[in-house]
Amino acid sequence: MYRYDDYDQQLVDERVAQFTDQTRRYFAGELTEEEFLPLRLQNGIYIQRHAPMLRLAIPYGNLRSDQVRMYGHIARTYDRGYGHFTTRHNMQFNWCKLEKMPEILAKLATVQLHAIQTSGNCIRNTSTDPFAGVAEDERIDPRPWCELIRQWSTFHPEFAYLPRKFKIAVNGAEEDRAVIRCHDIGLELVKNEAGETGFRIFVGGGLGRTPIIGEEITDFVAWPHLLTYCEAILRVYNRFGRRDNKFKARIKIIVKALGIEEFRRRVEDEWAHLKDGPSTLTQQELDRVAACFVDPDYKTLPHDDLGYRQKLSENKPFAAWVKRNVRGHKRPGYASVVLSLKKTGVPPGDVTDAQLDLIADLADRYSFGEVRVTHEQNVVLADVERSELFALWEQARAGGLATPNIGLLTDMICCPGGDFCSLANAKSIPIAEAVQRRFDDLDYLHDIGELELNISGCMNACGHHHVGHIGILGVDKNGEEWYQITIGGRQGNLTSLGKVIGRSFAAADVPDVIETLIDTYVAHRHEGERFVDTVHRIGADPFKQAVYGDGTPAQRKVANG
Amino acid sequence: MAKLIKNQQIIDDAWQLLADEADTDPATVTVPAGHWLVPFAVWQAQPALAARGDVAPVLKGTDDPAELAGQLDAVPLVAVDFPRFSDGRGYSTATLLRSRYGYGGELRAIGDVLRDQFNYLSRCGFDALQPPLGKYTDAQLEAALASLKDFTDPYQASVTVREPLFRRHARSAA
Ligand code: HEM
Ligand code: SF4
Repeated sequence: MYRYDDYDQQLVDERVAQFTDQTRRYFAGELTEEEFLPLRLQNGIYIQRHAPMLRLAIPYGNLRSDQVRMYGHIARTYDRGYGHFTTRHNMQFNWCKLEKMPEILAKLATVQLHAIQTSGNCIRNTSTDPFAGVAEDERIDPRPWCELIRQWSTFHPEFAYLPRKFKIAVNGAEEDRAVIRCHDIGLELVKNEAGETGFRIFVGGGLGRTPIIGEEITDFVAWPHLLTYCEAILRVYNRFGRRDNKFKARIKIIVKALGIEEFRRRVEDEWAHLKDGPSTLTQQELDRVAACFVDPDYKTLPHDDLGYRQKLSENKPFAAWVKRNVRGHKRPGYASVVLSLKKTGVPPGDVTDAQLDLIADLADRYSFGEVRVTHEQNVVLADVERSELFALWEQARAGGLATPNIGLLTDMICCPGGDFCSLANAKSIPIAEAVQRRFDDLDYLHDIGELELNISGCMNACGHHHVGHIGILGVDKNGEEWYQITIGGRQGNLTSLGKVIGRSFAAADVPDVIETLIDTYVAHRHEGERFVDTVHRIGADPFKQAVYGDGTPAQRKVANG
Repeated sequence: MAKLIKNQQIIDDAWQLLADEADTDPATVTVPAGHWLVPFAVWQAQPALAARGDVAPVLKGTDDPAELAGQLDAVPLVAVDFPRFSDGRGYSTATLLRSRYGYGGELRAIGDVLRDQFNYLSRCGFDALQPPLGKYTDAQLEAALASLKDFTDPYQASVTVREPLFRRHARSAA
C-alpha cells in the first residue's frame, strides 16, 4: 500500500484544520448555508433524511487493518454501530453529528484516512480493480497510477468548482472490473507496439438520468503524459461544460453535444500546450510510488495443499464458499477471498463495528494486514494462503461475512434508497431483502449461476441499475413507490445498458417478476450460459412475454431448474 | 470605498464596475472619466479605451482569454468575474492568462469572491481579490488572509507553485 510521507500527512492535517475553522464559522453564523454547502461536500458531508451523512474516501479501494479498526471505532462512538460500503470505494456513516465532524476527521487523519473530495463538483476518489496486483489476468498494476492521480487531483486549485462531479477509474487487467466506461474518465493501462506503458482513455461515461457509455478519446497516451492529458480534458470541461442546468452538467453531455471528434480536437489543442510541461511524470516519481506496491513477502508454497483438498471434499458448505468467494491468485498456493456483505436481511454493503474489527483481525492474521473494497460492495482479502482458507472461513462465517453468494443473484448492488436518501423515489433496501428471501435456497441460487442484480432508488443510479444483468429502478407514480425493471445490462469489457421490459411494478410484485425472469432464463439457457448471455442471444421478448403475457403481473414459478 | 486584497495586503480600491448591459450595443456604451472596469465586449468594441490607462476589461466565463492575449501589455489590470462563487470557469481563465499568455500585471477576482476560495484563487494566479462590498469586516478580512497559507506544500503545479511536489522536493520512498 502507499505509505504517507510527511508531505502527505501535512496536507491531510492542514485540511482538518481548515475545515474545523469553516465549521466553527458556520455555527457562528459567519458562513451562510449556501456558502458552507460546497465546503462540507468537499469534506464528505451531505445532509440527509436523518442526519448528516459522512462519506470517507478509500483511495482506489485499499485499506490497512488499523484503518478498518478506526472505522469500527467511528461506527461505535459516533454512529449507531454500523457503516456502509458504497460502489465507489467509499465508506459512509449515516448518523454522525455535524458538530462532531471536525473531531471525527481529526481522528481519521491520525491513520491517514479522510473525506477529501468525496462529494461536491470536484474530482472524486479514483477507483479501480479490487484484485489489483494479484489478479491472474492483470497486465499492469493500476495502483501506482491511481496514487499519482490521487495526488494530482487532491486540492487541485483549478478544478474544485467544476460544472459537476468528476469520477476517474483505472483498469489494468484483461477484464475490466472497474466499470471504466461508466466514468467521466476511464483509463485502461496498455502497452504500445514498442512495449511502452500508456493509457487508452475513455471519456464521457456515466449513468444517472442520462446513461451514456464512455467513448474513446485516444488509443494511446504514453505514461509520462497521463496527468497533462487529464488536465487538458478537465480544462476543456471546466471551461465549456454546461452550468445552466445541473442535470446536463456532467462531461458526458458536452461530449455528446460537441461529438467526440470535436471534443477530442479541443482536448488535443489544449494538451499541445501542456504536454512536456512541469506536470509531466518522472521515472523517479513513478518508481517512488510503485515501490509501495511491490509484492508482500510471499512464501514459496506448493500449488496444492492436501489439508485444504481434504476439507473441500468433506465439507460441503466450505466447498460452496470456496466455489463462489475464493478466486485464483498469481502466486502458487495463494488465493484471494471475497468476504460477502450480502447476507439476507442485512442492507447490501452494510457492516457493523464488530464486523469491521473482525475484518481487521482477519486481514492481520491471513492477508498481510491489508483489505480492499469492491465496486459490488464487498470486502477482499487479497493474499491468503490456501492452507488457511478453512480457518479463515470458520471465523468469517461466525461473523456473518461468509455468505457463499459472490457473483450470484443475492450479491446485489443496492443504494441506500428511501430509507436514508432524501432524493429517493422509492425504497431499495426492502426490495433487496425481499428478493434475497425469495432466492434463499442455495442450491437453486448456485444453479442460476452468475447474475448481477442492481437496485437504485431513483434515476441518479447510485446502484448502477442500468448495467445490472437485471436492474431495478425506483420510480414515483402519483406519490407511490413503483419499480421499473431492465434486463441485459452489463459492466466490464462488454459494457451495455439494460432495456426496460415494460410498465413498472408495485414492491410486492417484484420478487415474482424476478422469479419469472429467472424461470424464463432457465427454460431457454444453453449449457453453462449466464442469464445475461441468454438475454443477449434470444432477446428481451421471451422475457417480456413471460412477465406480461397473460396480463397478470407475473406467472407462478414453473420449474426449479 | 471597496476593499481589495492585493499581494496579501488589505487596501482601498478606486476602481468602479461598469454594469454589463446585455442588450446594449457595446460600441455605444459611454465610459465616464475615472477608473472603470468594463465588460470585455465593450473593451473590444472600443479600441480607444486601451489608450486611456484607467479602463480595464472584465472577463466573464464565456469570454476567451486568447482574444485578450495580444493586448496584455496595454491593460492596467484584468478582472475576472465570478457570477457565483461555485462557477469555477474563472480559475481556468486566470490559469490561461498567467501561464499561457504570460500576463504579469494585476489579475483581479471580482463578483461572488468569498474567503473560502481565496486559497485556490490565488494559486491560480489572482494577486487581487475583491469580495462583494460590505461582505466582510476588516477583522474578518484580516483573518481571511491567513487562509492563503492553508496548505504549505501542495501536490500539483499551478500558477504560483510552478512545479508539482515531486519536482520541488526529493521525496523519500517512505
Ligand atoms: C444517500 C446519499 C446519496 C446521495 C444524496 C447521492 C446522490 C447522487 C446523485 C445526485 C447522483 C447523480 C449524479 C449525476 O448524474 O450527475 C449520484 C450518482 C452516483 N452515486 Fe450517489 N448518492 C448517495 C449515496 C450513494 C451510495 C450509498 C452509493 C453507492 C452504493 C452511491 C454511488 C453513486 C454512483 C456510483 C453514482 C454515479 C452514477 C453515474 O455513473 O453517473 N451514491 N449520487
Ligand atoms: S440512486 Fe437515488 S435513492 Fe439511491 S442513493 Fe442515489 S440518489 Fe439516493
